[in-house]
Amino acid sequence: MSDAIISVEQLGKKYRIDHLAKRGSYKTLRETITYQTRDLLTGWFSRNGNGRAPKRGREEFWALRDVSFEVRQGEVLGIIGRNGAGKSTLLKILSRITEPTEGRVRIRGRVASLLEVGTGFHPELTGRENIFLNGAILGMGREEIRKKFDEIVDFAGTEKFLDTPVKRYSSGMYVRLAFAVAAHLEPEILIVDEVLAVGDAEFQKKCLGKMQDVSKGGRTVIFVSHQIAAVQRLCSQGILLRAGEIEVSGGINEVLDHYLSDSAADASGHRQVRLLDGECRVAGWSIDGGDAGPSHSCISRQLCTFRVEIESKRRIPGASLGFVIRNLAGDLLLSANSKDNLKRPFDIDLGKREVVVTVRLPLKMGHYQLELAIADEQFKIIDHWVAQPLLSVLSCTESSLPAEWHGLINEPIYFEVPR
Amino acid sequence: MATTELLIEPGRAERNYWTDIWRYRELFYFLAWRDILVRYKQTVMGVAWSVVRPLLTMIVFTIIFSRIAKLPSAAAVPYALLVMAGMLPWNFFSNSMSESSSSLTTNSSLISKIYFPRLIIPAASVITSFVDFAITLVLMSLMMIFYRFAPDWHLLALPFFIALAFASSFGVGLWLSALNVEYRDFRYIIPFVVQFGLYVSPVGFSSSVIPARWRLLYALNPVVGIIDGFRWSLLRGQSAIWPPSLLLCVGTTIAICASGLWYFRKTERTFADVI
Repeated sequence: MSDAIISVEQLGKKYRIDHLAKRGSYKTLRETITYQTRDLLTGWFSRNGNGRAPKRGREEFWALRDVSFEVRQGEVLGIIGRNGAGKSTLLKILSRITEPTEGRVRIRGRVASLLEVGTGFHPELTGRENIFLNGAILGMGREEIRKKFDEIVDFAGTEKFLDTPVKRYSSGMYVRLAFAVAAHLEPEILIVDEVLAVGDAEFQKKCLGKMQDVSKGGRTVIFVSHQIAAVQRLCSQGILLRAGEIEVSGGINEVLDHYLSDSAADASGHRQVRLLDGECRVAGWSIDGGDAGPSHSCISRQLCTFRVEIESKRRIPGASLGFVIRNLAGDLLLSANSKDNLKRPFDIDLGKREVVVTVRLPLKMGHYQLELAIADEQFKIIDHWVAQPLLSVLSCTESSLPAEWHGLINEPIYFEVPR
Repeated sequence: MATTELLIEPGRAERNYWTDIWRYRELFYFLAWRDILVRYKQTVMGVAWSVVRPLLTMIVFTIIFSRIAKLPSAAAVPYALLVMAGMLPWNFFSNSMSESSSSLTTNSSLISKIYFPRLIIPAASVITSFVDFAITLVLMSLMMIFYRFAPDWHLLALPFFIALAFASSFGVGLWLSALNVEYRDFRYIIPFVVQFGLYVSPVGFSSSVIPARWRLLYALNPVVGIIDGFRWSLLRGQSAIWPPSLLLCVGTTIAICASGLWYFRKTERTFADVI
């Protein structure tokens, strides 16, 4: 018997989508009776005479399929994935709000879920009354709330407005108060779903800080968010969901990298500018690998040679090449233009042409997005290509710092201790 | 740190359900408290409304049924008291019915985002109506003082009838709230049933008016037995109870409660998906 505090085995959740959804999707007695009768009658009189009623287009949709994982005590698990991947459904099943269609979950410990901030808040009640109401709904007893009342108000910072109805609060105050109540739950397992999406930067920092405290206190946290930075800071393990199935699970950095490169890969190959009907374009790129042949990866801090291939069906005099490297989060890391470096601009003739770019990339290990652009004499961009495939930077440094402490920049730094 | 293991599986009857209800027991209070508090927010009269409303209703109905309708009653009892004793449980029952039928859909955001035993929601509606009932009971006692009509030992049976009223309201509430989640028609059916029920149930008249051969059928309406019981215990047994009707009432109440509980628990697991 493992020491897993949550163990999920082959979980699946199926929904039925009705393709004949009429005005509103409420099921009424009238509709049920009408359709049953109609199906029955059409069944009897159906043309192929086999007595079966025509299909009404009920489709089955598996929001989750064959999901299995384990969470140990004290772990912070991040669940990431695109919209519609099944993250919220998974959380709802873990919180017992909805039932799974197949599989099972074993949980050892009290669960508190924060799937939405301010659930249970009633706009007519005051802040004070809502603290009690919301606390009770989330599972705290009256005594417990009373004891923690001052702490909660302190955390929210809304003491002045405690006795005004919540409907008069600004959205920031509302969210701060709601989170303050939830933050003071003391469950063994805390499940949090994208609640950091609202609130200002200070609030988000506070929330993250509080969640870090919770996890340091030995509690287990399951965290869903689209904010990569938050997930990276808080979580130690991760799961990537794609279309209801687990694509990757493991250490959070590995999972994040996979997630980002997936979304970058889906977005790349895309031409942002494509003038002249694509008659002049960047056709491809590669890195010299010497004996190993061309590749799409290079080693951090080592000089590498990029070869950019341009194909053209017309002559472009005085052209220049733009070279940009971004990280997967979209930050612009490096940019250069051939005009700055070449003694004179080059001409693009008909056919293929190669431009060689030599650069030393002081970047940390991971995937990066290359962007290449061709501009003409007047610096008008003719072609701007978000290059495919992604650039892979391989690590070479022997740093004593653990992976999560590696910065975006990977330059050598020298220490000296003068006597 | 209890190492009680919770197993979530499709179709698994929640063994922990009743322990969960105990653990979430304070929620009964809080949800009812919320509903009552919200009623009188931003009003000038505030809590005074909870006394004025039943008082006005009482006055109006007494006038209508005693002066205008002139339905027969037992001679020794002031008509107003007869009507009041019928109205008391009827209002409790009809209010519970109306509020609990929409309770789940009104709280849909809670149901789709937070876990707690959903039974608490219709129960809280019944409790809210019960608070109104209690206030009206006090009014009734004031009224009895006014008419110088003191109850006797029959009053001891009142708690039993109150419990019966509570149970039947709760049972009906379970059915209606669960049905309303899936079939929203009930939102329109209920007001009609309440209006109809007011005239069919022996609120404005005594059930002894009903011809003998229909009495058993009539007693299928649980409110009949309850109202008879209330009248019997409050008004010195002047209004007679017919034992078969009482038995039928108890039987119907138990049946409604048990079946309501069964249906509610059966459909509860799909609430979050359907609501």
